[in-house]
Order: sequence, then structure tokens, then C-alpha cells
Amino acid sequence: MAGSQTQLIEGLNALTAGLILLTAFGMVATRQVQGVLRFFVVQSAFLAASAFLIGFNRGSIHLLALGAITIAAKVIAIPWVLKHTLPGDLYERREINQVINIPSSLLIALLLAIAAQFLVSPLLATTPDPVIHVNLPIGLAGILIGAYSLIARREAIPQMVGILAMENGAFFAGIALAPDLPLISELAIAIDVVLIAVVIGVLTRNITQTMGTTEAAAMSELREEPQPWR
Amino acid sequence: MTRTVVYNLIQLLFVIGFGPLYAGVLSRFKENVQSRRGPSIFQPYRDLWKLFHKDEVVSSETTWIFRFTPYLVFIIPLFVASLIPVLTDYPLAFAFMGDMLAGGFFLALAGFFAALAAVDTGNPYGPMGASRTRMVGFLAEPVFMIVFFTVSFVAQSTIPYIVQKRWVASPAAFFSPAHILLLIAFFMLILAEGGKIPVDNPTGHFELAMIDESKGLEYSGRGAALMKWGGQMKFLVLTCIFLNVLLAPWGLADDLQPGHVLLAIPLILFKILLFTVILVIIESSLAKLRLFRISEFLGAAFIISVAAMIASIFSTSAV
Repeated sequence: MAGSQTQLIEGLNALTAGLILLTAFGMVATRQVQGVLRFFVVQSAFLAASAFLIGFNRGSIHLLALGAITIAAKVIAIPWVLKHTLPGDLYERREINQVINIPSSLLIALLLAIAAQFLVSPLLATTPDPVIHVNLPIGLAGILIGAYSLIARREAIPQMVGILAMENGAFFAGIALAPDLPLISELAIAIDVVLIAVVIGVLTRNITQTMGTTEAAAMSELREEPQPWR
Repeated sequence: MTRTVVYNLIQLLFVIGFGPLYAGVLSRFKENVQSRRGPSIFQPYRDLWKLFHKDEVVSSETTWIFRFTPYLVFIIPLFVASLIPVLTDYPLAFAFMGDMLAGGFFLALAGFFAALAAVDTGNPYGPMGASRTRMVGFLAEPVFMIVFFTVSFVAQSTIPYIVQKRWVASPAAFFSPAHILLLIAFFMLILAEGGKIPVDNPTGHFELAMIDESKGLEYSGRGAALMKWGGQMKFLVLTCIFLNVLLAPWGLADDLQPGHVLLAIPLILFKILLFTVILVIIESSLAKLRLFRISEFLGAAFIISVAAMIASIFSTSAV
């Protein structure tokens, strides 16, 4: 009975892994700022679910606390913080001119996911633990896809979500590899993440107020004086 | 042997008989969710009855393709239905004829002839709809292929009866990322192939925006009825593939006793009813995509299916 229960929990953990990969693709495919944020919140919720499952499976109190911290920081605090620092119209903004259009972006994200699988396969040969076999490649894929959306996105908020998604990926790989990480370090990371959201939120608000846009690509020139050479 | 032949015929009668009911329940639910009363769930039967009693008008400009197509569109879903598990989880008499790829090719054949017939009429809207269906079709084809390849890779077989047992062998197999991603990809495919909301509006009667409907515009009387009925059966068959082969074989009869086979009918209908609820939620909460966004929708389905494939190749827990 205990064996089948473990198997079921491992299965459920694999399910959250699949859904985390799916939400990572969703973040790449979404145009709207609001939609990207929503995918991030869903991804964080799955992350917390995975932490709970692995924590329950291994009897690790650290991971259970970690899941609770994830929910508090990423599912509740970050959307709340952004809601209160950002001007409301930013949420309805859409990224019309992508650097790379969405189907190609998705294909690149897919290649990154395949690359992640290839990169970790020698590492996986060293362990028979099924949880690591699921979490490590998908966590790495999450990191790479987050980094990609950091590069390819133009609006500030999706770029920030890219950073946070990278953190999510690292976290997802980490809970399988180091389940007994001291709680204090995880707590520090969780607070860090919320602080990133605060800083970027305030910064973005100021940028919108002075420049009227949050397109990073439009900010390549200084805008102090009318330029005499033109 | 005679028993399995009889069961196979029951299976075909199930598809013929409940195809319209499925469409009726779907439209009724949708209207209810949108706080309207909607037509009776038996309305599709009445429509078919009415169409069969009307005269058929065939343009003198058309060729044999136009007259031949309705029969093909009606028969092809039945061919596919005899290959796949609809009521039983063991192969029936005609199941030896083909695997899942054969089913895919059969459905593609019907789509091909429907497109030809639409071009055949010379009606300006027909070819437009046909070319759009082809666009959706060629974007959907790779997803179909990848889904089948992934399934056959995981289950080491392309026979639907072997595949369906694979997923329920253990909870780890059922919840494996490959399975879940595969389900999502195939679900998106069903929405595209069945002409449902994010891709096409099945209730829309505005010719310029039609994708699937415009192929049948020139048909009247018996031809229209057969086209309509065939479309409903095709959607039921796709749903059965999704629910019975890819999701899980729950509710199917697992032995030769006639009682169990008959009991499977209400169970499958119940499963389809639950599926209808999900479809209705999607149909009511999303808007139709613009034509050139369809490539993004199906591109996403393709990405998900390839992700399922890599997940199944690399992860040891899924195998």
C-alpha cells in the first residue's frame, strides 16, 4: 500500500511537472501582460503543489514550509504588489510587435526544452530517483525558457516575469535535488523575489510616467535634448 | 466470432444513433450556459428527418464528386468507428483492418473529398471555405502525426486497443507528463477538426467568416442531411478516440457478455456528457480566433505534442 501511494505521489509530481512546462510555453505564447502574469501565478501554484507532494513523500518539513512560502510570496504577494505599484492600464497592454513572432518563439522554447533534456541526461544516469528524473530536466527547461522570454520580450513586465520564471525553474529543480536546504536560505530567496517585483514595479511606473511607454526596445536613446545632428 | 461481429454492428449503430444527440446536447448546453433556453436536444434528429424529406437540387455544372461526397462523408466515420474502441476494450471483428494511422487517413480522405466537392460547385463561398479548411487541415496534420508517434512510442504499438491499456497500467503512467501533454494537444486538435470555437464558429451563418460550414452550402435535401450527419458522427468518433484511447478505457465492456456491452452504452454516454460540459465552458468563454491566429493555436498544439514526445523519450518514469 505504501509503495503504491509513493507511486501515486510521484505520478502527481510528474503531472505538475508537465503543467509547469505547459505554463512556461503559455508565458511565451501570450501577448497580454495580464495573461503572462496569470500564467506565472498558475505556474507558482503548481510549483508549490510539487513542493508539497515531494515534502509529503519524503517526510521533509522543510519542503512543506517551502510550499507555503511559495504560495505566500509568488501566488499572493507578487500579484498584489504589482497591482499596487503599476498603473492599471499597463495590464491591458499587448505586445503587438514581437522581436520574434509567436510561433517561432514557441519553436525556440521547444528547442530549449529539448536542449534541457539533453543537457541533464548524463546527470540523470547517476541516480534512479524518479522525482529527480522528472524535476531536473523540466526545471532546467523552465530556466532556459524564462531566460529566452527575458531576451525576446519588449515590455518591462513580461521581462520581469521572465526573471521570476527562471527562479521558478531553478526552484523546481532544486526541491528535488536538495530537499533539506536550510529554510532560512529559501526564505531569503522568497523575500528577494518579492523585492524584485517591488523594485521593478516602481521602476516601471516611473518609466511609464516619464516616457509613456514600457517598451524596452524604445528606450535605446537618451531623451534629454532635441538631437542636433538629425 | 459472430458475437464480435454483432457487437461491432452495435458499435456502428451507437455512432450513427447518438451522433446527432451529441450535437443536440452540446448546442442545448451552450444555449443554457448563455442563459437562453435553446432548442430541444433532439432537434438535430428533426433537422435530419426534415432534410431527408426534402427534394434535392443538384447544379448541372457539378460532376460525380459532388454527388458522391455526401455518401463518403457519411460512411468514413463508420469505418473509423469500427477500428477504434467505442464500447469494448478488446478488438472486435473488423478492428484488424487498420490501426490509428489508418483512422487518421480515413478522416483525411473524407476531408479531401468534402473540399473537392466544395470547389466543384463553383459557388464562390465553397472554395473559400475549402481552402480555409485545408489551411486548418495542414496545420493540424503534423499534430496528428506527432500525437500518434508519441502514443506508439510509449505503448510500443499503434493499435488503439493496446494503447488504451497502457495509460491505466499504473498511476505513474496515467499522470506522466507525456500523457497529460498528449491529452491537451489532442484536445486542441479536436477543437480545430470539429470546427469548434477558438478556430471556427459552428453556429455562425455569416458566409465570409465560415470555415467548416461553407463546404456544405450547396447541398440540399438528402445530400445536406448526409453531410450534416457525417459531420456529427465524425465529431463523436473523434471524441471517442480522445476519451477511450487517449484518456482511459474506463466504462468500456471488458468481456464478451452482452449485458456488459449494453451497459457500456450509458457509461460512455455519461463520459461524453462530462466532456460536453468542458467543451461548453470553452465554447462560451473564448472568442473565435482571427484567421491568421489559427496558425498560432495549432502551433501551440504542435509544440505541446512535441513536448509530450520528448518527455516520453527522456523520462524513465513514463516508460
